[in-house]
Amino acid sequence: MRDISMERVNATREDMLNTIKDRTLTHEQKVATLAKQADSLLEVLDLPEGLDERLNLDPADKIICDLNEGHAPMRPRYIIPDYEKFMKNGSKFLQLDPPTDIWEAVNSLLIFYKNVPSVTNYPVYIGNLDQLFEPFIKDEEEAKKAIRLFLTHVDRTILDSFCHANIGPKATKAGKIILEVEAELQNAVPNLTIKYDQDLTSDEFALLAIDTALKTAKPSFANHKMFKEELTDNYVIASCYNGLKLGGGSYTLVRVLLGNLAKKATSIEHFKKEVLPETLEIMAAYMDERIRFMVEESGFFESNFLAKEGFISKENFTAMFGMVGMAECVNTLLEKEGIEGRYGHSEVADDLGVSIMDIMDEFNRNHVSPYCYGADGHFLLHAQVGIDLDVNSSPGCRIPIGEEPEELIDHLAHCAKFHKYFPSGIGDIFPIDTTVHKNMEYLLDIIKGSFENKVRYISVYEKDSDVIRVTGYLVKKSEMEKLKNGENVLQDTTALGLGSARNSHILERKVR
Amino acid sequence: MNTAIVNKIIRFSSVDGPGNRTVVFLQGCNFNCRYCHNPETIGACKNCGTCVSYCKTGALTMVEGKVLYNPERCVNCDSCFHHCPHGSSPKTRSMTPEEVFAEVKKNIPFIRGITVSGGECTLWRDFLVELLRLARQTNLSTMLDSNGTYDFIEDPELLDVVDGVMLDVKAFDGVEHTKITGKQNDLVLKNLRELAKRDKLFEVRTVAVPELFDVAQTVKQTSKILQELGKAGQVRYKLIRFRPIGVREQYQNYQAPDDTFMEQLQTVARGHGITDIVII
Repeated sequence: MRDISMERVNATREDMLNTIKDRTLTHEQKVATLAKQADSLLEVLDLPEGLDERLNLDPADKIICDLNEGHAPMRPRYIIPDYEKFMKNGSKFLQLDPPTDIWEAVNSLLIFYKNVPSVTNYPVYIGNLDQLFEPFIKDEEEAKKAIRLFLTHVDRTILDSFCHANIGPKATKAGKIILEVEAELQNAVPNLTIKYDQDLTSDEFALLAIDTALKTAKPSFANHKMFKEELTDNYVIASCYNGLKLGGGSYTLVRVLLGNLAKKATSIEHFKKEVLPETLEIMAAYMDERIRFMVEESGFFESNFLAKEGFISKENFTAMFGMVGMAECVNTLLEKEGIEGRYGHSEVADDLGVSIMDIMDEFNRNHVSPYCYGADGHFLLHAQVGIDLDVNSSPGCRIPIGEEPEELIDHLAHCAKFHKYFPSGIGDIFPIDTTVHKNMEYLLDIIKGSFENKVRYISVYEKDSDVIRVTGYLVKKSEMEKLKNGENVLQDTTALGLGSARNSHILERKVR
Repeated sequence: MNTAIVNKIIRFSSVDGPGNRTVVFLQGCNFNCRYCHNPETIGACKNCGTCVSYCKTGALTMVEGKVLYNPERCVNCDSCFHHCPHGSSPKTRSMTPEEVFAEVKKNIPFIRGITVSGGECTLWRDFLVELLRLARQTNLSTMLDSNGTYDFIEDPELLDVVDGVMLDVKAFDGVEHTKITGKQNDLVLKNLRELAKRDKLFEVRTVAVPELFDVAQTVKQTSKILQELGKAGQVRYKLIRFRPIGVREQYQNYQAPDDTFMEQLQTVARGHGITDIVII
């Protein structure tokens, strides 16, 4: 381990003391923050040359960002346990036999969740819940009560809305109950996705999902055909909207801030030929090193019960190669060249965006990361949703809020150009005015058409709903109000939402 | 040549029939409803040039006796048709069914069908038959928005390419109907019955203006007919609250009915077996 200066030690000690004295953080939030601050003192990774001047910068200039994963990665960022296996076999470590009824199923899963690590210390995936519960649905009233308690427990104990559940693609009794209960509870946690395929999902089930989404901003719709083709049937949607393999996950997620990077280029050519490729190399090397430490040195895969009992396996892991700020990148480059056109509004701008994606895609196909067995030795591209500290940087490939095309169809056509590049996640969000659109089939037709055109992931919410989708996660507007007034709030994502409302105008999206 | 004057095309609509649809508004109407919320679709442009003087952005010009419209410069302030002495709009254009369908096609696969509205779309009968035929060939469903003054039953060729009609029943009582629209309603009521019998009636619509006519009576009688025909469970009744937006100045002063009034209408329709009721 490398030495660090006393100055840095003392600065960190000061930060830790401030954390302890903070009046708005809950106890759990303090503990998590203190752990991160302690970890920041470690220097164990063999960092690639050129990383420091891209990583350790103010948000307005930062080019590579590791999203607070810490200096000594001790567990994969996103872990996707095979809950089916747990329901079938139980767990030795947790001393649980396979459940035999709905109450045991609920109890077992809730215990399991408290033992699934992640970057947030809360599970980012809690199962294809309808399939997990379906065998135990005997008396529907009783099942509904059990599921209502289960979902309430999840919302009050998994204190972070990156926690994601899945349902679908086929309609089930359990799936219907989950949708009905979510519509009633209107909680921010868990995030929820319906795997949708118009050949497998009934219209009735899909319409119920849309109805629920307009009440509580979930579920989102994932293009099942697309994910299945890329990741096989064994994929899940976790955290914000990340497509990952069941029984595996993602070791790490590092992102490049394309908007800031574009400022370093003198021309489009310079950006494509030098500036971008150099940074991609450094970012990939950094990710490889993080993974190496985790796999070879941390001992996670040798000691954690999830790996030992086969709920996860390195065979199903990859890592997510993230990007943000495509819009700002394209607009900056066009400006430098004196070319007219704005991202999302002109062909020349969108074509430039696509050509940048082609470069990233090709880089990724050529880069081999030895432990990414789950994706044939490659990373998967990820359109990251941004963080609350980002400055002038739109999520992934999204069109900036305030500049959305007038016509929804043009917006969706833009999505279709970019969604195909991102098996590990990209998505767009549309607030809906239901006083205008009382017609759920209208939205279903739009989802069907979008998915036919290779849009990957769509979220909708009613413009006046309390639960809203910030970028990829959910918050309650009422909780943001509390936090704004200096009160403690249960979920740590509320603070992120408030930051995004201030910096990224997420409350001002174009209403459809 | 088989053409129609097209007022506008809305690419995605949630309020003009089942699912998401592209709506084509044709120009010209044989009614003159007091509460019409798009009176600019009633008349034909006479190229009088009145609108040109009201256009602030230069989107309208007079060239060789004709009003020319440049959409690039238009900011949609609507002052052109608000000042039109003929109830028209300079933004209309003459199009063939093929030209209109080329626009519709751009919205596939997001839409499940096409709705032709107006004005009164049946005034362009030949155009309509051809446009709907093109839609059918592409597996799009076809809906018409009509005031019911066209004798559908006597035109099997048209009826054959229509999946459903959304029929306005402005008022059930003949005298009231004349007061609102300037025309009799015998044919409207015939269409109500005959289209319903043939399962070609998707929806009936009544705009509620309590000061102008006995709305509850119209809803009651209309629902009753559907009930007698055994169609109450399959035809949607859309109850539309009067709103002054878009309505000509001299008719803007009617009161918009409140929620209680609209709910009472819903109860009336329910009482006659109507199950699918939409209030907007």
